Amino acid sequence: MAEPMVEVFIFETRQFLEQLEQIALGSEEQGGFSEEDVNEIFRAMHTIKGSAAMMMFDQVSTLAHSVEDIFFYIRELKPAKVDATAITDIVLNAVDFMRIEMDKLDAGGTPDMSSEELRNYTKDFLRNMKLDNGHDPDIDLRKAKNAKKAGEAGGDAAAPAPEPEKKQYYIGAAKPATPAPAATGATSGGQHIFEATVFFQQGCEMEEVRAFGVVNSLKEKVKELHYLPEKILEDESATDTIRNMGFRLFFTTEMNFDEAKAELDQTIFLDRLEIKEVASVAELEYWPSQETIAITALENSEPIKPAMPPVQRDLTPAARKPAPAKGGDGAQMITVRVDKLDKLMDLVGEMVIAEAMVTQNPDLKGMELDNFAKAARQLHKINGELQDSVMALRMVPLEGTFKKMNRIVRDMTKKLGKKARLVLVGESTEVDKNINEHISDPLMHIVRNSVDHGIEMPEVRVEAGKEETGTVILSAENAGGEVVIKIKDDGGGLNKEKILDRARKNGILTKPESELTDREIYSFIFAPGFSTKEAVTEFSGRGVGMDVVVSNIKSLGGKVIVDSEPGLGSTTTIKIPLTLAIIEGMSVSVGGSRFTIPINYISRSFRPDEGAIFRDPDGSEMIMVQGTCCPVIRLYDMYDIPDAIHEPTEGILLLLEAGDARFGVLADELLGVQEIVVKPVPKYISRMMKTTGISGCTLLGDGSISLIIDPQQVHNIIFD
Amino acid sequence: MEDDKLLMEDEDTQKDKYLTFTLGNEVYGIDIKVVIEIIGIQKITVVPEVPEYVKGIINLRGKIIPVVDMHLRFKRPGKEYSDRTCVIVIDVNDVLIGLIVDGVSEVLTIPEKNVVPPPELKASQNKYIRSIGKIGEGVVLLLDWMKLFSEDDQSLFDDMSAEEASEEAT
Repeated sequence: MAEPMVEVFIFETRQFLEQLEQIALGSEEQGGFSEEDVNEIFRAMHTIKGSAAMMMFDQVSTLAHSVEDIFFYIRELKPAKVDATAITDIVLNAVDFMRIEMDKLDAGGTPDMSSEELRNYTKDFLRNMKLDNGHDPDIDLRKAKNAKKAGEAGGDAAAPAPEPEKKQYYIGAAKPATPAPAATGATSGGQHIFEATVFFQQGCEMEEVRAFGVVNSLKEKVKELHYLPEKILEDESATDTIRNMGFRLFFTTEMNFDEAKAELDQTIFLDRLEIKEVASVAELEYWPSQETIAITALENSEPIKPAMPPVQRDLTPAARKPAPAKGGDGAQMITVRVDKLDKLMDLVGEMVIAEAMVTQNPDLKGMELDNFAKAARQLHKINGELQDSVMALRMVPLEGTFKKMNRIVRDMTKKLGKKARLVLVGESTEVDKNINEHISDPLMHIVRNSVDHGIEMPEVRVEAGKEETGTVILSAENAGGEVVIKIKDDGGGLNKEKILDRARKNGILTKPESELTDREIYSFIFAPGFSTKEAVTEFSGRGVGMDVVVSNIKSLGGKVIVDSEPGLGSTTTIKIPLTLAIIEGMSVSVGGSRFTIPINYISRSFRPDEGAIFRDPDGSEMIMVQGTCCPVIRLYDMYDIPDAIHEPTEGILLLLEAGDARFGVLADELLGVQEIVVKPVPKYISRMMKTTGISGCTLLGDGSISLIIDPQQVHNIIFD
Repeated sequence: MEDDKLLMEDEDTQKDKYLTFTLGNEVYGIDIKVVIEIIGIQKITVVPEVPEYVKGIINLRGKIIPVVDMHLRFKRPGKEYSDRTCVIVIDVNDVLIGLIVDGVSEVLTIPEKNVVPPPELKASQNKYIRSIGKIGEGVVLLLDWMKLFSEDDQSLFDDMSAEEASEEAT
């Protein structure tokens, strides 16, 4: 696992990348970049650049810089001719590049790929765009270079003459950079004295750490640096102070005004910067003398607060008003590690059991406890709510996953010369985080398939009397305990004959053809290595992929159904249970042990009649049920449990259906159906037992452990 | 960096400290750093197809933990469980295992100079004892917890780590 700092960097960058991708795709659809889009992209690239530079990932940082330049140019000079598609491509390529690097970093590697090619392409593109629009291609570039030299990683890209948002630095604008040799203190020739206040974006969190970062990066470039609050990391109130009044810096440096501003402009999550140059340190509101510093260091006591009365500074109301949170609803969000949530969920599950242990305590039996019962009901209610809330914590909307499909449709239509649009419905549907992660690949394959195989070429569509642009609808909804995700296209539909033909060739027909239903025929497309496409394209035709869909969804406990209407399109429906870890199970007792069988495998349970169970000459037992002969196994026999009921007429026989066979298992008694939380058998033990048919364990209401029987495995034991 | 430092300090305070417990007439010690907690004996759910010394699994606040009878593990006759019987939960390479022992005594500090290696006996003997600590007149047999779950079990941990590695790789 990466260091926390790197982790945060990866997390933030990935968020920005996602945002960038969405904006780029969105603006392409609109045929151009709105002013807001330009600003957003610019800001995102700028932030990535800054944080990548801080983490010393130069390739990422410089690439971000070159893309940022384009948007800077667009923003500042508002050129008339903008090739939105080409720019989108540049942004997407850069996003892809950075995403790969982030993955590398996440996997413990170093982002070492060279971005030079992309960078050069981007630079050339910008140059050409400037030429096209009749601007001098070199002007801004040179300035940018100057700024870069001065402010290391480029600062705010150029800081050119026509700067519309000068008001942002309202103090700085009023006082032009005057080289003022300070009257007091030891000064050399090119010394400048600055007073700056940095305001971080609302909701960026960890202001004190970010302030510390500013100090750190500035330290090397200035002569003397003081800041307020003094003790950023030690003082608990520092965060609030920085948040409300800004982080104030006082420094002497050789940098001139522009350089210093560029330097501070690089600050990550910068919302607003106020900077002014003063003639001497005496004009600064805060400039501790050498003695004070020494004393402070010596005493290390109460920080000296010469100029820190709460609202002494005459900030204009507009400046003091908290800036609108640019980072969306960042203030209400908090990132939590999944394992912490899992832990919480474990604890809540444990509490539910503990509650049952208290309220159903054997000591209470036969007692009249009205007040206790009332209190217990209240506890039960709260516990139930708590459980629901904790479950909800893991739920995330499908939105992110759905939106990724936009990119796929775009790339494919562009390369295949088709026209299609993706419509998202119900993307706010929430599913377990786990499902969200695993659904992404299957969805991608199905959407690809829809565009590649389903949607026809524009000419064909027009001929068939359809709209030229095909539509793929991706929808999600909650239905009962399931999430239903549908991918519907209005293409040509599946070709039944072709599928059958290929199925015959591949030898995967399981039944006579006449008995196959349409759905069964369509489901052949999910067989491994199956493709009706003659030619292999970049996207599909290799027959790899659709089988991934099925296996991924099965691992989530879901199923896939395909429907198709020739000429009208096809629909793929995915159904997945909302939560993975909870199943309904029937608990049975055998001697002193408890077992749980997933309810959907049980076809019926009954007490066998005298002599209904018979043996074949090998000693295997079986029973006749509805005209078929089913093998019977006794659980106490299989698991070697003492004190169990041996006489079938006193026990209970559960008829299980697994695979294509039915078989009976004999237990002592049914304990009832309940929702159970599946927990894995400890590895230490699961290693030693291999053929037992136990797939996990669960905790029952009374705190005891029940082993979960996997009928499929039992089936394999019997029939092998 | 900070974490490393903390860890080191943590390890330092736990160095030379052993939790001692009784098993028959002997006193054994186990490094305190692997001990997670000590609980009384509780209801054990039997699992099929495991060696006799693996008594089954217990529910420790929602965590399911295998328990091993140390008498049986050392191939001695088993002993009836009583009120004094304890389960020491230890963490071996992130695998939690409960050890059923006759009783837990105390946490002792045994400086390194008081620890001697066990006599070189014939093979297969003493393999679970890493060293012997002297405390006044008495001795404490210091368990080699790594080896204890080794042999047949060691392959198990190897397998597991190999499997985990392959899982991560895919």
